[in-house]
Amino acid sequence: MVEKREASAEVIMPIRLDPSFRHEIMAVPGGETLKVCFQCGTCTSTCPIARFSAFYRPRQILQMTQLGMRSRVLSSETLWLCAACFTCTDRCPQGVEVASVLRVLRNLAVKDGFLPAAYRGLASNVLATGYAYEITKLRLSKRKEFGLPPLPKVNLKDISKLAEITGFSKIIET
Amino acid sequence: MSELKYLFFLGCVIPYRVPSYEISARKICERLGIELIDMPEFNCCGLPLDSISHEMMLGLAARNLCLAEKQGLSIMTLCNGCAGTLRKVNKSLKEDKGLRERVNGYLKEIDMEFKGTTEVKHFIQVLAEDIGFEKVKEMVQKPFKNLKVAQHYGCHLLRPSKEVEFDDPEDPKVLKTLIEVTGAKCLDYVDETQCCGATISGISSEVPLQLTREKLNHIKEAGAQALISICPSCHLMYDVNQPRIERRFGEKIDLPVLHYPQLLALAAGISPNELAFNEHKVGVSEKIFLFC
Repeated sequence: MVEKREASAEVIMPIRLDPSFRHEIMAVPGGETLKVCFQCGTCTSTCPIARFSAFYRPRQILQMTQLGMRSRVLSSETLWLCAACFTCTDRCPQGVEVASVLRVLRNLAVKDGFLPAAYRGLASNVLATGYAYEITKLRLSKRKEFGLPPLPKVNLKDISKLAEITGFSKIIET
Repeated sequence: MSELKYLFFLGCVIPYRVPSYEISARKICERLGIELIDMPEFNCCGLPLDSISHEMMLGLAARNLCLAEKQGLSIMTLCNGCAGTLRKVNKSLKEDKGLRERVNGYLKEIDMEFKGTTEVKHFIQVLAEDIGFEKVKEMVQKPFKNLKVAQHYGCHLLRPSKEVEFDDPEDPKVLKTLIEVTGAKCLDYVDETQCCGATISGISSEVPLQLTREKLNHIKEAGAQALISICPSCHLMYDVNQPRIERRFGEKIDLPVLHYPQLLALAAGISPNELAFNEHKVGVSEKIFLFC
């Protein structure tokens, strides 16, 4: 079984490497520790998602980023499988903030036009209602039945101003 | 600042689908004399948008912190995601001057400024640190005699530990202690601190269900009669999705999932009829009440 897998393993060809990619990531707050990753694999071995996904391997994403495989990393859906449980960050012997590096990569992927539909939905909900999920009328009337107080009011103007100044609105439009 | 008065940050998931958690937590707070002031205004804590834009997450979180500062109150949340996010952002804005200046630049647009005068706590943190285990124990009138349960802590109240700074991330004990003051026995099980997978439900339909199924089975194998959780997203995975998991994998799990305040309320003699168990997907009634 092992031999079979090794024989069919895909050889990653060093094509279209972008040597500045890792510097771009390390320049963003949260991405700095990519530099000290020495590929021990603690992140992948401790990752709950990696146990059930055939594709998601945090160590591999960090290595591809270090190598400069920009488009492969940013356009891959695999990047979005991190559940942000921070087990890897807590257990990394090198102090690499793995989950933060992945977040920096996701933020960049979105700027490059890769925004999963589920996240687009969350973004539009927050902009339109202040809540990440749609609170239905039924839920609101049930609150009353339960004797729960009404939900606090939402200041959509402030949210939209924050979206403008942080560049969020622009990112979502693309 | 009164010790027992908090600004209550409800978050998005509880009003979206998990009223039973809010109902039971409010009952416990009332009994303990904890006054909950509702947020004067609400917006999402920011966590769900962190993957899209870290800066927007910071802005949304900081706005909530500023609202609390204006009220002169600490924030209490029921949701691990909200607690983790607001605690992390509060800590880093207090400690990192450069970050504070950048975020205050955003906040200036909405006439706010982060000053660093508030604290953020999760509900169980308030119970453990501000009320104390002894006082929580005093509430218990009908201790459970033969009930065995398992704790599920969730991720964001424990990790990243150097930023969240609560309990032991590898062997958390606060929830366990809170469970045991009710008389219930809290069992150890395999991969206790493992994630529920809720955050990637929008990306993968399969992986989170497998994760959830695995934990439910580990808990059953340990001999527990219920899972006790403290996060609405974890509740969605273990309770609301449990029938889906049973259908998908063709197996019966039937493990009741209780919010910690429901467990405490039962032990405090509050009637189950007041705790919204009918909102749960997995029936709670007989299995738990028999052990009261």
